[in-house]
Amino acid sequence: MASIDYPLEHPKAEALTPEFSFSESLYKWVATVDHKRLGLMYVVSALVFLVIAGIMASVIRMQLAFPLNHVVGPDTFNRLFTMHGTTMVFLVGMPMVAGFSVYLIPLMIGTRDMAFPRLNAFGFWIFLLGGCLLYFSYIGGGGLSGDGSAPDVGWFAYAPLTEKAFSRGAATDYWALGVLLSGVGSIVTALNVIATTFCMRCPGMTLSRMPMFVWVMLIDAWLVLVALPPLSAAQIMLELDRHLGANFFDTQAGGSAVLWQHLFWIFGHPEVYILIFPAFAILSEVIPVFSRKPLFGRPAMVGAVTAIGFISLGVWAHHMFAIGMTSWSNTFFAASSMLVGVPTGIKIFNWTATMYGGKLRMQTPLLFCIAFLLQFLVAGLTGIMLAVAPFDWQLHDSYFVVAHFHFTLVGGLVFGLFAGMYYWFPKVSGKMLDEKLGKWHFWLFCIGFNMTFLTLHFAGFLGMPRRIYTYYPGRGWDAINLIASLGVIPQAAGILCFVWNIIRSSLRGIPAGDDPWDAWTLEWATTSPPPEYNFEKLPVVRSSRPLWDLKHPQDPDWKYE
Amino acid sequence: MFAHALNAYLQVQVPGVAERRITDIFKPMGTPGYAEREAALFTIGVTAVIFVVVAGLIVYTVWRFRRRPSDDSAQEPPQVYGSNQIEAAWTIIPILIVFVLIGVSARVIAGVENASPPPKALKVRLIGHQWWWEVQYPDYGIVTANEIHVPATPDGQRATYLELTSVDVIHSFWIPELAGKTDLIPNRVNYAWIDPRVPGVYVGNCAEYCGTQHAQMLLRVIADTPENFKTWTEQQQRPAENDPQVSDARNVFGSLACVNCHDIRGTPSVGKFGPDLTHLMSRRTLAAGVLVNDTKNLRAWVDDPQKAKPGCLMPSMKLNDQQLEQVVSYLQSLK
Amino acid sequence: MAQDNVIAADALQMEREWKLPDRGTIGVIFLIITETALFTMFVAADLIYIGKSLTGPYPKDVLEMPIIATVCLLSSSGTIVFAEHALRRNDLGKFKIWWLVTILLGLYFLYATGAEWHKLIYEDHLTIATNLFGTTFYSLVGLHASHVVVGMTFLLIVFITTIFGFPIQTQERRVKFLSWYWHFFDWVWVIVFTVVYILPLKVF
Ligand code: HEA
Ligand code: HEA
Ligand code: HEC
Ligand code: CUA
Ligand SMILES: [Cu+2]
Repeated sequence: MASIDYPLEHPKAEALTPEFSFSESLYKWVATVDHKRLGLMYVVSALVFLVIAGIMASVIRMQLAFPLNHVVGPDTFNRLFTMHGTTMVFLVGMPMVAGFSVYLIPLMIGTRDMAFPRLNAFGFWIFLLGGCLLYFSYIGGGGLSGDGSAPDVGWFAYAPLTEKAFSRGAATDYWALGVLLSGVGSIVTALNVIATTFCMRCPGMTLSRMPMFVWVMLIDAWLVLVALPPLSAAQIMLELDRHLGANFFDTQAGGSAVLWQHLFWIFGHPEVYILIFPAFAILSEVIPVFSRKPLFGRPAMVGAVTAIGFISLGVWAHHMFAIGMTSWSNTFFAASSMLVGVPTGIKIFNWTATMYGGKLRMQTPLLFCIAFLLQFLVAGLTGIMLAVAPFDWQLHDSYFVVAHFHFTLVGGLVFGLFAGMYYWFPKVSGKMLDEKLGKWHFWLFCIGFNMTFLTLHFAGFLGMPRRIYTYYPGRGWDAINLIASLGVIPQAAGILCFVWNIIRSSLRGIPAGDDPWDAWTLEWATTSPPPEYNFEKLPVVRSSRPLWDLKHPQDPDWKYE
Repeated sequence: MFAHALNAYLQVQVPGVAERRITDIFKPMGTPGYAEREAALFTIGVTAVIFVVVAGLIVYTVWRFRRRPSDDSAQEPPQVYGSNQIEAAWTIIPILIVFVLIGVSARVIAGVENASPPPKALKVRLIGHQWWWEVQYPDYGIVTANEIHVPATPDGQRATYLELTSVDVIHSFWIPELAGKTDLIPNRVNYAWIDPRVPGVYVGNCAEYCGTQHAQMLLRVIADTPENFKTWTEQQQRPAENDPQVSDARNVFGSLACVNCHDIRGTPSVGKFGPDLTHLMSRRTLAAGVLVNDTKNLRAWVDDPQKAKPGCLMPSMKLNDQQLEQVVSYLQSLK
Repeated sequence: MAQDNVIAADALQMEREWKLPDRGTIGVIFLIITETALFTMFVAADLIYIGKSLTGPYPKDVLEMPIIATVCLLSSSGTIVFAEHALRRNDLGKFKIWWLVTILLGLYFLYATGAEWHKLIYEDHLTIATNLFGTTFYSLVGLHASHVVVGMTFLLIVFITTIFGFPIQTQERRVKFLSWYWHFFDWVWVIVFTVVYILPLKVF
């Protein structure tokens, strides 16, 4: 492994770290257009929002731990789950998508920055502005009349509950505008990702040689471009209704309450795949490296994400099985929803096959991936149960749905993100994360998560609806809810381990070196952390595992392509 | 279609429970719920098999190929890039499974949704309000709230057909033991049907988030024996009880703002904003299942509804003790 | 190392052939895709609400086909192409003329929209709040018009900078992208025109 320094001649370490005063370095961060700084800023803001929304979730679970509990009142509770859901989806999931893409894609395709660096900075700041606007509702949400605070309409904000007649004050406006702005950020970032992957690849990096991560994020960006505008459209219509008296969702004037649902879920369903794709992308990098084998069936993996991307545009009404659609529509949407399971299955099988016959290094990143595989399998199969429309008539808006989507979003997305963070932290910071703390983090979070959300499936079977701030004893829900609430404790402890690990390791972790995992993609060919210009000389690649070729000159990948 | 199978299934049930508070969707007491259970059990069976196979594969792989201390770390395992046959297999098999599931779903969807009402079906109109249910029987001229009386129908021949709509925001009708959800949507009429096979009280919640008190928008379906149902309808059709003993109290009530929001048939009280109170005492609960309907609770409710149901749309009327006594005694005469 | 030399020699050869699409082109194409998604939703809402207004005025009472404005807007798609061609031939004089004609046609379109709205609001008392027809009409036509305004702003910027002698040849790419954008909104207008003016007036 002598030649890992390909293709970079290392710049001198001192040259990389000149001394800056605090205000100078603050200015450097605020005014930066460097994709790595922006990527980091995205991920760090997302982590901050994760902790905020996680604390909200903890309060939700405290309230629900016992029947007729009195931790918070109905208004506060409704605001909590609205802000929890909205934050998690738009201010944790989406910036994670953006952050991982803009940090890693230029490095992985061997270039120096995004296609539009200033647009990249704009995307970040407008996302942050949207997030701040949403949280400003806690102060300004009462509007002129002064009653009310944060929005309390649920993360999908069904009309007509959001109309002026039922939602007074300005809370719902903060919801619509905050999310609209962060959506603009996501759209421009997606444009940027697409332009970067198409136009900035280093010599030899053909589309078929692009790392799987880049492929998945490319499809993800495309999905953002077609799926976010429907949400923006709906929010514009809502604001027209609320402020100019338009009638889009005004049922008194003949408007349709169902229109909002269609517009929202035409966005909302692709959105959940937008959120899970980064995890898919991360797994497709981590699993091969930790199994010491190439990704099994690369073309099929590309085909599968593309298929998921397309099919997911045609399944939205499975969130609306209860609105009284015709039996034909119900059947159609049940069928299309189940069909998504086929390409998703291909992915799970291919990851497993990648591990099969390998030499698995059981380190923290791989542990998170393995837990992902099992938990996402459960999540997907409960998704299939929901897709069976008659079953969904029972399960819809019950705690079973809550359990399903936390299995996808926490058991899937969050576990995937943690895998990614353990994997790339050495590259970003130059220091290794502590393995022991990492294992603690993994086991605590994994146990807590399953305690909370495995149990909640059964609450759904027993008829417990979601979004209720309290419930009566004697309906068989008490024990389930108590266990679920207790599960938050290990989860929080796990996340504290993680935060502590990051802080401690960045200060005095073991130096990582350029390529601590003995990996194969180009980001490991530069220093850790990478210099501002990434690569002194742009690399040239001949296969999808350029560093493998370099490390195994007798048996390079390009011979087989 | 499922009625026959349901009858066989119900043989093993113990009928006659008063109020069934455990709303287990796997213990249905009516045809739609039963059909949904069939689809559910089939789906769970299929997915369970998939889970066992795939999870087993993952766990086996991890266990078998984990790196051991004895492994030579410089030696990389054989590099395998893919295999068309295997990949084709795990594409085609899931497709086949999915087609089976689609077939089952389609059959049950049609069976529940397109079932035509039997000739003796009862028609009920259910109207969602923030945060209570208005129940109308157009064929009987009955209006009540929060508790739907229907005849129990051991053979399924007196099913109840519900017309669902809402006057404000979206709500959802859900009695887990009888049928899955159907939304109550303003400016739109939806249909659902139930046929409770054994008499009893079936509970459910509003299942679509509808604002502050969504949690306390409970619904009861009371399945009576045919005789009891007949008595109930006859009693509900009468105008309000005009008990001379409470004529003073009646006058007090009539002088209060209650009349702007509540309808008591046969009296000057004709408000439509709140629940119809004509036969209030025939209901088991107050305020959409929040309180048991007894003297203490009734007084507490009229005194300050915001205490039992914070945020609900009935304001505290700030009655003095005497007014309160009289209003309560009048309400209690509304048998 | 010998192997490294091989790669390097090979690399040089590849670098010579290595060609990627222009990022501006990709950017504009995908911008148009995402705008299409946005418009599709408004058009869909419009289609759903055709004939659903509970009260008047109805389209047949108050709408007049904006034929001249439509002709102007569509022909501006042609004139902008002429301008582009002129620029490619380095004929700056022709370029300015065609560019100006495009701007004038666009401005007339905006003026016609403004006049139409003025009439609808003040004579027919149709506002966005009146009924579903008003709601969908103003939002769809307004969304389109607001994009025309954005396009117009860029057209004007290009025009003014050219007049003041900015070497427009360096801008050839931007002119090309601007013209794509302009064509796109012409096509959108064809759809808007169909769903707003033709369908409710002729079909329903
Ligand atoms: C990351 C997010 C994510 C992902 C990936 C998914 C994946 C899926 N989801 Fe989920 N879903 C959500 C997030 C997600 N969902 C959220 C947030 C909600 C609730 C929103 C709200 O109401 O607030 C929701 C709600 C939701 C509903 C509506 C429930 C309701 O409100 O009534 C439905 C119904 O069909 C559904 C179905 C599915 C299906 C079929 C999949 C499929 O993609 C799953 C595919 C995967 C597999 C099937 C497993 C692997 C496959 C194999 C091993 C092959 C063999 C399998 C077969 C042959 C079946 N989801
Ligand atoms: C990415 C998405 C995501 C994630 C990660 C989570 C994470 C969690 N969610 Fe969330 N959830 C949603 C998305 C998500 N959720 C959505 C979309 C909804 C629907 C909202 C709606 O209905 O409108 C929802 C709704 C929802 C509900 C239903 C509310 C209701 O219907 O009434 C519940 C209830 O249990 C819940 C619980 C939890 C819990 C316990 C976690 C846990 O995993 C959280 C763990 C994290 C922590 C516990 C934070 C830990 C950190 C600390 C404690 C550190 C403290 C300190 C310092 C740094 C100083 N969520
Ligand atoms: C502003 C309208 C309004 C006024 C005035 C009003 N109510 Fe109500 N009332 C309601 C509403 C709305 C409900 C349903 C509350 C709920 O369940 O969320 C209700 C519920 C009730 C109920 C329970 C009915 C049931 O079936 O559960 C009773 C009893 C009642 N009101 C009595 C009174 C009395 C007595 C007065 C006068 C002192 C009064 N109301 C004044 C609106 C009003
Ligand atoms: Cu009514 Cu929820
Ligand atoms: Cu979905």
